[in-house]
Amino acid sequence: MDIHEYQAKKILSDFGVKIPTGGIVYSPENAENKAREIGGSKWVVKAQVHSGARGKAGGIIICNSPLEVADATDKLLGKKLITNQTGPEGKIINRIYIEEATDIKHELYLGLVFDRSSESIMVVASTEGGMSVEEISKEKPETIIRSKIEVAVGIQQFQAREIAFGLGIESKLISRAANTIIGCYKAFSELDATMVEVNPLVVSHQDEILALDCKMSFDNNAMFRRDEIAELRDKTQENSNEVYASDRGMNYVSLDGNIGNIINGAGLAMASMDMIKLAGGEPANFLDVGGGATPEKIVKAFKLISMDTKVKVILVNIFAGINRCDWVAEGIVQALSKIEIKHPLVIRLAGTNVEKGNEILKKSNINYIEASTLEDAANKAVKALG
Amino acid sequence: MSIIIHKNTKILVQGFTGKIGSFHAEEMIKYGSNVVGGVTPGKGGMTHLNLPVFNTVKEAVDQTGASTSILFVPPAFAADSAMEAADAGIKTCVAITDGIPSHDMVKIKRYMRRYPKDKKMGLVGPNCAGIISPGKSMLGIMPGHIYKEGKIGIVSRSGTLGYEAAQQLKDLEIGVSTSVGIGGDPINGSSFRDIIEKFENDDETIAVLMIGEIGGPQEVEAGQFAKENMSKPVIAYIAGLTAPKGRVMGHAGAIVSAYGESAIEKVELLKDCGVTISKNPSVMGETVKKVLVENNLN
Repeated sequence: MDIHEYQAKKILSDFGVKIPTGGIVYSPENAENKAREIGGSKWVVKAQVHSGARGKAGGIIICNSPLEVADATDKLLGKKLITNQTGPEGKIINRIYIEEATDIKHELYLGLVFDRSSESIMVVASTEGGMSVEEISKEKPETIIRSKIEVAVGIQQFQAREIAFGLGIESKLISRAANTIIGCYKAFSELDATMVEVNPLVVSHQDEILALDCKMSFDNNAMFRRDEIAELRDKTQENSNEVYASDRGMNYVSLDGNIGNIINGAGLAMASMDMIKLAGGEPANFLDVGGGATPEKIVKAFKLISMDTKVKVILVNIFAGINRCDWVAEGIVQALSKIEIKHPLVIRLAGTNVEKGNEILKKSNINYIEASTLEDAANKAVKALG
Repeated sequence: MSIIIHKNTKILVQGFTGKIGSFHAEEMIKYGSNVVGGVTPGKGGMTHLNLPVFNTVKEAVDQTGASTSILFVPPAFAADSAMEAADAGIKTCVAITDGIPSHDMVKIKRYMRRYPKDKKMGLVGPNCAGIISPGKSMLGIMPGHIYKEGKIGIVSRSGTLGYEAAQQLKDLEIGVSTSVGIGGDPINGSSFRDIIEKFENDDETIAVLMIGEIGGPQEVEAGQFAKENMSKPVIAYIAGLTAPKGRVMGHAGAIVSAYGESAIEKVELLKDCGVTISKNPSVMGETVKKVLVENNLN
């Protein structure tokens, strides 16, 4: 789960990381007042959407008066921001963060993630702040500092100091920088985060170490014990079909193609998408209805796919393990009696009681194309596009 | 021999009296697995499915001599149960539970390091289908009847894709020595490398089918291990050719975040390691057959 920049900064500041003074607003009038309240002579108006690269997309505007702040807010609110990470549909701007401008001396990069190889928490830092970590590793890999943190004892002062010295921070600011790194580590480890990225982390001309921008992601599996984080979810930043699916316990990812998929198991779902591509088609979605694939789930899955206007053909691929194909077939028949599907439907059943399942489908009056293997199913789905 | 579980392996079920635990314990018993009891804290002394229930894993191990456990405990309590198993002297624990937080997984793995190598538990999963040695024992939630007894080792992150492979092999009359599901989570108990090493050392297994997907370094690490240490052929399929970067594809661990983690990159890196690639998921069985013929192993 992702959260907004202003929410992430609030969290970091609770862990002792310094952030510029700022506030969230929902209208231009609000914005003007907020700018006066913050004070100073220069402000940054920042569109709050779940995406990086907002600056290049015009989502970050520097202003020299409270009136300019109001104008900039007016310009951004309610618009869709299209960045190189949002896709062409962009993301809606419903909230604006107003912040005092910072007098930047150096821009640095600081990120924390799980390292899947060593199964520890990895701190990644670089002197090249402001660039994405991908760009840094491509263009300035020699500037990257990596430090593995033993989770049982957590980050030590010396480790944070080593990173800070590695970033070339002046001696008098080392303990401030180390505390910033420790604050970020604590936020990561105490709140079930999967990513904390401060980019840029800046050293100001006033000798402050500030988190100027921050992205945080959290482990969906840990939300049962993180009410305070779950509350920060902003569903307007997610694809509406994906929200519908996740609220109903299904794994769904919207894609660009036109063949809708209903599949049990994440691996089989990815494999079916691959087969569609090899057959010359493009999947409209990834959908794992789970190992169970009960009739109720099949009904919900058909509902979800029928909400996607891109879909021209539907492919159902179920490998019944503990489940049985005859139950799945009954679920499909039941679903299609409730939902009208206008598109061609390809069904491939495999596993336990496959003959019985196919017999049930044949005897029903549903209009479908039967497929035997993964390959057959993909070929028939692509052919059905016409 | 098969790997990890054999005909007489004594099995405990953690989360035994719950709905899911009961259902799968019964399926395992029907298959012929040697389930000797279960653990549900607070229900010790009961009998469930004609087997004893214990309050603690230690007690259960003392009384039954069990060496292996399977975990159906809900996500919030799963880490605690896995650590309890490790402390009670369980040798292999298969965690079926889907949804264990990554921070808990890191904690479990750190905890297990306190035991010396000969006393250290092997954890398989979580979020996996479990293990089956066809005709001998089933320690998982897979449909046992699709696995034919034989000599191919299977190791897969995905459950259903592992079933797909077993079915394809069975249709070609090729059997399986052991099939291991290592699960779809980013931090897991056993890696591909851990399992293929066991297959290399198993007399019965003649070739290994590895079914991977996008995300993480484990497939390529296994490929490098195979290149340097394995005499047996390795065949691989990697799912997720069409998966977009940066998105989680169902499995929490199925996300491309670095070089070498996409399906195409993994396929290229595995080819460099001498691994034979099944070019699509429909020909996993055929590709294994072809490799067996080429190596005079059929």
